[in-house]
This record gives sequence, C-alpha cells and structure tokens, in this order.
Amino acid sequence: MSIRVRNLKHIYEKGMPTESLALEDINFDVEDGEFLGIIGHTGSGKSTLLQHLNGLLKPDEGSIIIGDIDITSPGISMVEIRKRIGLVFQYPEYQLFEETVAKDIAFGPKNLGLSEEEIQERVKEAIKLVGLDYDKFAEKSPFELSGGQKRRVAIAGVIAMRPEVLILDEPTAGLDPKAHKDVLAMIEEVHRRTGNITILVSHNMADIARLSDKVLVIDSGRMVTMGTPKEVFSHREELARVGLDLPPVTQLTETLRDRGIDIEETILSVDRAAECIARYLKKKENSRC
Amino acid sequence: MKENNMEPIIKIENLIFEYRKEEETPPVRAIDNVSLTIEKGSFTAVLGKNGSGKSTLAKNLNGLLIPTEGVIYVNGYDTADDNHIWDVRQSAGMVFQNPDNQLVSAIVEDDVAFGPENLGIDPAEIRRRVDKALEDVNMGPFRGKSPHMLSGGQKQRIAIAGVVAMKPSCIIFDEPTAMLDPKGRNEIMSIIKELHEEGITVILITHFMEEAAAADRVVIMDEGRIFLDGTPSEVFSQGDKVRSVNLDVPLAVELAARLREKGIDVPQNIISTEEMVEFICQYE
Repeated sequence: MSIRVRNLKHIYEKGMPTESLALEDINFDVEDGEFLGIIGHTGSGKSTLLQHLNGLLKPDEGSIIIGDIDITSPGISMVEIRKRIGLVFQYPEYQLFEETVAKDIAFGPKNLGLSEEEIQERVKEAIKLVGLDYDKFAEKSPFELSGGQKRRVAIAGVIAMRPEVLILDEPTAGLDPKAHKDVLAMIEEVHRRTGNITILVSHNMADIARLSDKVLVIDSGRMVTMGTPKEVFSHREELARVGLDLPPVTQLTETLRDRGIDIEETILSVDRAAECIARYLKKKENSRC
Repeated sequence: MKENNMEPIIKIENLIFEYRKEEETPPVRAIDNVSLTIEKGSFTAVLGKNGSGKSTLAKNLNGLLIPTEGVIYVNGYDTADDNHIWDVRQSAGMVFQNPDNQLVSAIVEDDVAFGPENLGIDPAEIRRRVDKALEDVNMGPFRGKSPHMLSGGQKQRIAIAGVVAMKPSCIIFDEPTAMLDPKGRNEIMSIIKELHEEGITVILITHFMEEAAAADRVVIMDEGRIFLDGTPSEVFSQGDKVRSVNLDVPLAVELAARLREKGIDVPQNIISTEEMVEFICQYE
C-alpha cells in the first residue's frame, strides 16, 4: 500500500470572478507503513489537500493513486475510498451523536454493510486500540466523557473502519498536556500495531519532528519542500519565510549556534540537546583548568 | 514595584463550589476550600489539567457561578450580592476559549459596542471607547468588517476589545489561545501583555507553559485545590511536582533538569529559553 500524488491542482469557484487557486503542482509519495507530517500555516492549503486524499474534493487536474486505485477517477465509489482512507477532522468529538460509545463507533462499520458480528468485533478492537476499557465505556453516553476521552472515541469511530491510511487534522488541538501526550501515544500505538500509513497535520513542530518519517511543507497551495524532519528543519530561513517556526528545542540550539556556540546543527530532541550542550560545557570547564 | 500592587482587586475566602450532574446524584466538589488574593495590576497565570477546577474558579470570579460556601469580593463587591452583580461583571471581564461563541453582531464595531450599550453609556462615550478598544487590540482598520470573515486570532481580538470597552479593572482569560494557530496565539499573548502594561489586572488560564512563564505569578490547581502558588521560577523550578499533576514544564526547565543529571550546575531560576541561552553563552 502506498500513496502517489501526481500534479494535483485544485481551483476554488472555477469560472467565477472569485476563482482562486487552492492547490497546484503537488507531487509526493508516501510508502507503506510511513508516518507523514504535514505543516503549513492556516490557509496554506493543508485542509484542501486532506480533503482530496479522502475523496471529499476532486482535483481539477492530477491524480491520487492509493494502492492500486486512482481515487480521482470519475467512476470510483465513495465506499471504496472510505474503506481505505480514514480522516479524523479537527475537534472530531463535535461529531459524536449516538446514545452510547459502542453505537457511535459502530456507525461507520455499519455503513460498510458488515455483519453484526463483524461490527461488534471491530468496535471492541477500536475501543481497545484507543486505550479505553470496553466494559467500562461501551455503554456510556459519549457526552459523559472528558474531553480527551471523547476525542479517543471519535478517533475509534474512524479506526473501526480499519483504514489503511489514517489522516488526522490537528488531533490534539485544545487538549490539556496530559491528554495531548495520551492521544499522540495512542496514534503511535495504532500506527505500530496496524502498520497503516499515518498522516498527521499539526502546528506543533515538536510533535511533527518526533513522530514523522517524512515532513511535507505546504504554502499558498504549493509544496515548499519534503524530506526527513532533520532535512526540513535545517531550512530555517525558508520555513520562516512561509510563517513556520522550528521546534522549540531547535530554536534554542540554533540560537546558541548563532551566538557562536559550537554544537551540532538542527537538533530535534531535548535528549540530544542536553547531550550536546553538556559536552560543550564540560569541554569549556576542562579548558579552564 | 508599583505602590498600587499591594491593593487587592479580587479576594477569595474559603471558596467551595459544588454542583450536581443530575438531581438525585450526590454533589461533585469542583472547588475545595480555596483562598486567594489577586493584587491590582498583577498578572496571574492559572494552570491545571482538565477537571482541576480552574475554569470553575474563573466563572466564580465574575458571578457566572455563585459560591456554594465561602465568599468572593471583586473590587469590594460580594459576587453573591444580586444588587451588585453588574458592578462585579463590569470590574472583572471575561474572555473565553472559542471566539465564535462570543461574537454577537454582524459588524465588528457593533460587536465591541454591545457591552457598553448595555451599561447605558452616552453614545459619544461609547464611540470613544470602541475606537480605543479596537486600537488596543490592533484591529482599528477592521471596524466595518464582518467578524465571520476574520481569522480565529482576529476574532479573539474582537472578543477582547468587547471586554476592554467595558473598562474593567480586571480581565479573566479562560484558555484564550487554545483554538488558535501559532500566529494567532502570539497575537493574543502580545495583546494580553500590553493590557497588563496599561494597568489591567490579568488572570490567564492556560495549558501552555510558555504563556504562564510570562506572568508574574503562577497558581497551579489540582483536584479543586491550590497545589502550587509562586513566581514562575519558584513554581517551575519544582519540575517533578509540576509533572506529578500531569502538567508540562517550559522547555528550559526540562533541559535544565537533563543538564543537572549530567553534572552541570544550572541555577534553579532559569525558566525561559532566553535565560537558558544566556546561561550557556556565559558559562565559564
């Protein structure tokens, strides 16, 4: 399973006086089992791209080939797309509506026309994957849950579709630090257990740097660059030009480098930063004696 | 220190707040015997995980909720006194998380005028206040626009202007940046700092530790009680304690802890990235 995006172009309100270019020249590949981070400031075209990836929008030009099907071809059924690609919107808990957690999660699988037995099995599996206790939560009303728990249930509803590609748009927005960590750990766990392709859109550069195999940078509907976190975050000026920051720890270590401190370039984790800074400071201590 | 710093604007005495989820269920105690005094002109950040009681506390401060036990004075007015509820609300304005829930008018300046109009203020004075409030949040050029055409950060600035136009002595911000992107977050934080510099007392409820580090006092709530209370460096230097209630510490504090593990003697008062950079650059 892989994703091939070729020459994607989308124009909003085509033919109208207000027509505007939303996406152009988007070309990238995501390989089986990869974790892709997408970054770009608000209005850069990220959400438009996501909506293409799960068939909500059709491009004006170009193609998106997922596995062996081109999801942009005119005859393709939405069910085929939904089976393969799950999209978790921002604040997905706003879309919870059923009486119980189990019923809410079952909603998607039901629409796939699966047997009741298969649906129940998937609901159980999904609740477990998002780190909740089935016996405790299945019969609860989703509206009794905490913010973090609601979000897990909403994500479970998408996971129960067993998508080969799981796309998450700002899945931790508005959560407290603990729930933020828990939801990310859950996404990592689902990725590891199912071997799916995971696509994460986030403004949190530290999360993007830590989790992604590859990072795609988008601005004004165009790709700015794509590469490993180390490659992408080494382009400080280019990122600043499109309104994006470095991860906080990288900002700190790059400021040190600007001030003439001799440490490694583009450090992405606090552990690595502590190692390099400690080594530098000890060297300085020794040279004093 | 300014001399007016010693005068309290908000005084909370043994506050207990309980609510019932349903009629028959036993009450849940959201705030459990909290006493806190907020000085005039101060900038206090309130932290705590979801469910710690911080938003309930905020809603008690301007009479949206009334204490189950204990008493709260805002500018000398008891929040439970019906005769002075509008004095309380005018003294302590509130800005919430979601700007979309706070805007009521189709035109930016009408929205900002909504509060003062309800106070029955003279139209010429309203005009002056609206202009000044929009200037304060750098949204003057948008006065005639429709709020729904604005970005999240801009909408939140309009919501703040609506509160500023009431001329409160204190503004309580309940996670004002939670739904914003980094640009919007920076915009709101710089406006909060400016309002504080103009003399407004600021209470900022937030999940972002770097925002809390900008305050001059940090209060951490847990299980409805005050868990830690002090200057940012006093509070954040207790990294293990902060983490024990499921909160983060600012990056510099985390990095300092790792450096200490490696035998580097980092002073306890380093809590911001700038301070950490200075420490490393001047290390001898």
